[in-house]
Amino acid sequence: MNVSDSFKDPELCKKLLEQLHNELDAPLRFMEVCGTHTVAIFQSGLRQLLPKEIVHLSGPGCPVCVTHESEVAAFLDLAEKDDVIIATFGDLMRVPGPKGRNLKLAKAEGARIEIVYSPLDALKLAQNNPNDTVVFLGVGFETTAPTIAASIMMAKQQNIANFKVLSFHKLVPPALKVLLDDPECAVDAFLLPGHVSTILGMEPYHFVAERYNTPGVITGFDPVDILESLLIMVEQRKKGKASIVNQYKRAVSDSGNARAREIMFSVFDVAEAQWRGVGTIPDSGLVFNDEYAEFDALKALNITLTEVPQTPGCKCGEVLKGKMQPNDCPLFAKACTPAKPVGPCMVSTEGSCAAYFKYQVTA
Amino acid sequence: MSESTLLLDHGSGGMASNRLIGDLFFKHFGNPILNEMNDAALLDITGPITMSTDSYTVDPIFFPGGNIGTLAVHGTVNDVAMLGAKPRYLSCGFIIEEGLKMSTLEKIVIEMAQAAKEADVLIVTGDTKVVPRGCVDKIFINTTGVGELILPEATSGAHAKPGDAVLVSGTMGDHGLTVLSNREGLNFATDVQSDSAPLNHIIEALINEIGDIHVLRDPTRGGLATTLNEIAGQSKVTIKLIENQVPVRESVRNGCSFLGLDPFYLANEGKLICILPQEKAEAALTLMRTMKYGEEAVQVGTVLDPENSPGKAGQVVLETPLGGHRLLNMLEGEQLPRIC
Ligand code: SF4
Repeated sequence: MNVSDSFKDPELCKKLLEQLHNELDAPLRFMEVCGTHTVAIFQSGLRQLLPKEIVHLSGPGCPVCVTHESEVAAFLDLAEKDDVIIATFGDLMRVPGPKGRNLKLAKAEGARIEIVYSPLDALKLAQNNPNDTVVFLGVGFETTAPTIAASIMMAKQQNIANFKVLSFHKLVPPALKVLLDDPECAVDAFLLPGHVSTILGMEPYHFVAERYNTPGVITGFDPVDILESLLIMVEQRKKGKASIVNQYKRAVSDSGNARAREIMFSVFDVAEAQWRGVGTIPDSGLVFNDEYAEFDALKALNITLTEVPQTPGCKCGEVLKGKMQPNDCPLFAKACTPAKPVGPCMVSTEGSCAAYFKYQVTA
Repeated sequence: MSESTLLLDHGSGGMASNRLIGDLFFKHFGNPILNEMNDAALLDITGPITMSTDSYTVDPIFFPGGNIGTLAVHGTVNDVAMLGAKPRYLSCGFIIEEGLKMSTLEKIVIEMAQAAKEADVLIVTGDTKVVPRGCVDKIFINTTGVGELILPEATSGAHAKPGDAVLVSGTMGDHGLTVLSNREGLNFATDVQSDSAPLNHIIEALINEIGDIHVLRDPTRGGLATTLNEIAGQSKVTIKLIENQVPVRESVRNGCSFLGLDPFYLANEGKLICILPQEKAEAALTLMRTMKYGEEAVQVGTVLDPENSPGKAGQVVLETPLGGHRLLNMLEGEQLPRIC
């Protein structure tokens, strides 16, 4: 058995599950901050095996889901411009914007939109199309921001002036603070995102335990990771003393990736950002600093974010804040399905509504 | 060929077309029926027959393990065979973008000829159009195939019965991941190659030596998950799939986890699903494993009575390695790689 398999080992999982059933003496409401954890819990079949007293809430950690309505509208406006090629990761293609439009539809109608797998591919696209402006849609958290920043640095070095980035990045820790400050938010512990933490390390989460006495475990995406983390949470709640634990040491170093952070902050400054369903959060976004301002698509293409009315009936905000389970949204599986999504939570591969729809637990 | 580039002239019906047909298509595809050069092919075939058509537009046109031409042969041969038939003849239509290199077309044609030979089918009629630059992406190929039914009753997606075994002939997702990972702009290394292959010989052997085959399907677009959902729906049964029995190559698994894709939804071009009574499963597997393209055949699941299963009629339920169950739905739209 190799290392990665050992974190899926059914025998070990069985033992951990038993231990969890034994240790648990009070209900536990934990939040998977990151959508990939939600999917992992469903995909592995863990959800139905966990003690019923454990309630898991989805969090604001799906980058597509927290992209604000006005930002999606900006993508669609951009798609209408001549001489602009949009380069984007695939998951943004189906996100519903105003009047139910999305990038997939815009592309079918003639907009020039290329799906890329890395911002460096977008840079190449700019080199190959010198008469057009290539705009990369910079959506994502601390995980993707450093590589996007690196591509911007490279564009500057190589003088690729027709490469622009729309920076709608979001930072995870400030969103946790909003949740913790919300009296209605009843989270007993956080399952902290594995990917984001490879960049951040543990430091930015310490306030969760220190100021709010709430445990947080940085964890991976295999069943053993998740079960071990739940046990740590239960233990901490029992003792009444919270701390941040790095369970995912095989991928996340306690200090994170300093070099990636350095790259990210040589291009971007921290600023407030708008989160879909959550609202404006101070210090939770990344904007271009002066040195790299020429690559800012907002400025270069004169894009202003306009107020977009919220989609009526969509409870994405409640779901993202863990106040409502996806299937309690009145539109879930009725007016809102993956074929006809009302909110982004139903389209993104990491969206919690999509996960609840896709993996409806049987038995 | 004396010319090195395809021109609109080559589709004109005049001298240039004639040279293309003679020097390229007849040279490589030639057989007595095609060589008659009539407006249609005269076929020696006895009914009932099965027929299938498909158009191939894959990007990139060459990929590890095959190209658009071999895919066009394998895809149609397999579709014709899946009803329990022996494929006999293929037609072949090319729509080519002007400017394509003649050597590229020749390479495709030569490999198609080899693929047809391996599948034991004749390419008996065809057509070539050359269209202005930009009207198609390099080359599109349409193939239509006909075959003779060799089962007394054709297999059907509606014939799965509770108690049947669900077998697959090998690993899942190889073709889909190969094509995706060879697309322009995607630069991650993987040693995976397409599984594109003719399955008619395996099918013939299963029919002749095992018999009582209820369903044969090739899990192409939409992959294993989508195809099983179709079968479960057509047969009004529940299909239970055991996750860790479904063979997936390590490289495909890693590639998928990198891109946020699910191998169960990726296309296969050289794998079949065979559903037959559980008593016959072992013999069918043993037979498949002795054959080229069937070495990794395994049972991946069973057909259940919806009254007596963790799912409803028409559903595919996945049993995870931890013993939990979850639905394996049909895919909505295409799989798109994720952000993080
Ligand atoms: S089910 Fe649809 S409408 Fe309801 S919260 Fe989820 S995405 Fe929004």
